[in-house]
Amino acid sequence: MKIGILAIQGDFELHRKMLSRLNVDTVLVKSPADLEKCDGLIIPGGESTTFIKLLKVSGLFAAVKQFSQAKAIMGTCAGLITLARKVTNFSLETLDLIDLDVARNAYGRQIDSFIGEVALHINGRDTSFEGVFIRAPRIEKTGQGIRSLAFYQGDVVLAENENILVATFHPELTEDTRIHEYFIRKIQAKIQS
Amino acid sequence: MLFEDKNYKLKIGLAEMLKGGVIMDVTTAEQAKIAEEAGAVAVMALERIPADIRAQGGVARMTDPKLIKEIQKAVSIPVMAKCRIGHFAEAQILESLGVDFIDESEVLTPADEEYHIDKHSFKIPFVCGCRNIGEALRRIGEGAALLRTKGEAGTGNIVEAVRHMRAVQREIKHITTLGNEELVGYGKSIGAPVEVISYVKREGKLPVPNFAAGGIATPADASLMMQLGAESVFVGSGIFKSSEPERRAKAIVRTTTHYLDFDIVAKESEDLKEPMKGIDIKEIPEEQLLQTRGW
Repeated sequence: MKIGILAIQGDFELHRKMLSRLNVDTVLVKSPADLEKCDGLIIPGGESTTFIKLLKVSGLFAAVKQFSQAKAIMGTCAGLITLARKVTNFSLETLDLIDLDVARNAYGRQIDSFIGEVALHINGRDTSFEGVFIRAPRIEKTGQGIRSLAFYQGDVVLAENENILVATFHPELTEDTRIHEYFIRKIQAKIQS
Repeated sequence: MLFEDKNYKLKIGLAEMLKGGVIMDVTTAEQAKIAEEAGAVAVMALERIPADIRAQGGVARMTDPKLIKEIQKAVSIPVMAKCRIGHFAEAQILESLGVDFIDESEVLTPADEEYHIDKHSFKIPFVCGCRNIGEALRRIGEGAALLRTKGEAGTGNIVEAVRHMRAVQREIKHITTLGNEELVGYGKSIGAPVEVISYVKREGKLPVPNFAAGGIATPADASLMMQLGAESVFVGSGIFKSSEPERRAKAIVRTTTHYLDFDIVAKESEDLKEPMKGIDIKEIPEEQLLQTRGW
């Protein structure tokens, strides 16, 4: 299995480090040709405005949409914004691959960034996860086919549909591999089906 | 331990999010919008860009809060601002304004010739300039969450940024070859905390990202610095002192992402019109160099 990490900007190296700890091969994706080698894709944290602009000029905007029809994609923070249906407080054309309405920088500026304990419900168990929220977005509305997998003070902070998994926080900034492992299983399920 | 502090983790976290991007100096809300539209990952709010500070002389201070607020209103990306070296009261004002990153910068006139700011005592992160590993590790010891080369700001000349990036990379490699018994003596010789040196020895890299700054004017400059190990680039005077800022801004953003794809770098370099004129470093009297401010 090879997992692509969108490497046009942001903390893609941290996702790569996480996956190499899990012994998964990675490809840094900067062009549609890079994407063709991948079984799954991670869109990292970074600046969503920068992502969208560079996705478009590189031809990846359409290529990622096509990719999502058969393969799994995970997005963290800016990655979530990029994948969401709609940004409510800013004009930004997104990939619209998961039915979520999100507000950008919803908790405020960097001074309001925080680490909080997230209630995680995956693999049939209730546990907690260290949630690192940096200028984080907030999911304001979940739409069709969405399963909510984690909460922080009443907000959904980890959600999925059939092919897409998104978090408003940064599991890649922790040492905890559980969310990445969950994504790997999602890819395996897609490969088998 | 330094690197287990939660607040420090949040600060370095934001620096991680800026990697592979371009941070642009802007002096008006309109310029900030142009920068965001071009794909900048952050803007640096300034009253005067370094080239003008250099030309006009006088004491250069923190930007007027009114301008910072206008720029914060104009864009959704992070807004940075500079304070003078050692001027923690300016930094306190910037924190109160909610800027996302403070640059304790040699481009402004230093306020303290002995001490830099205790950056651990702030909730928002700091970026600091460095010319060599000693400066880099001292700034990290004081709590900087991001480093950049000093280069020679406002010159449009890349030569000093190259020198500083190469020096830091060379010395990181050297640290990885040191034995444990050498660490304290080495720390003494470069004037840096042993805890941070130990981290570099163990990991083979700095504990915070290191970006390029000071003299970047063309897409090729950005590609050069990224290939030398920079993780992002700051472009100061280079964009808004050129004849077509919007195109140049977009070209440098795209090049920073695709810095190893030379077809893209070539394409983005084509017909960009006049870059900023630039200055030969040898023509600058030594007392007017900015990079020698701070220690």
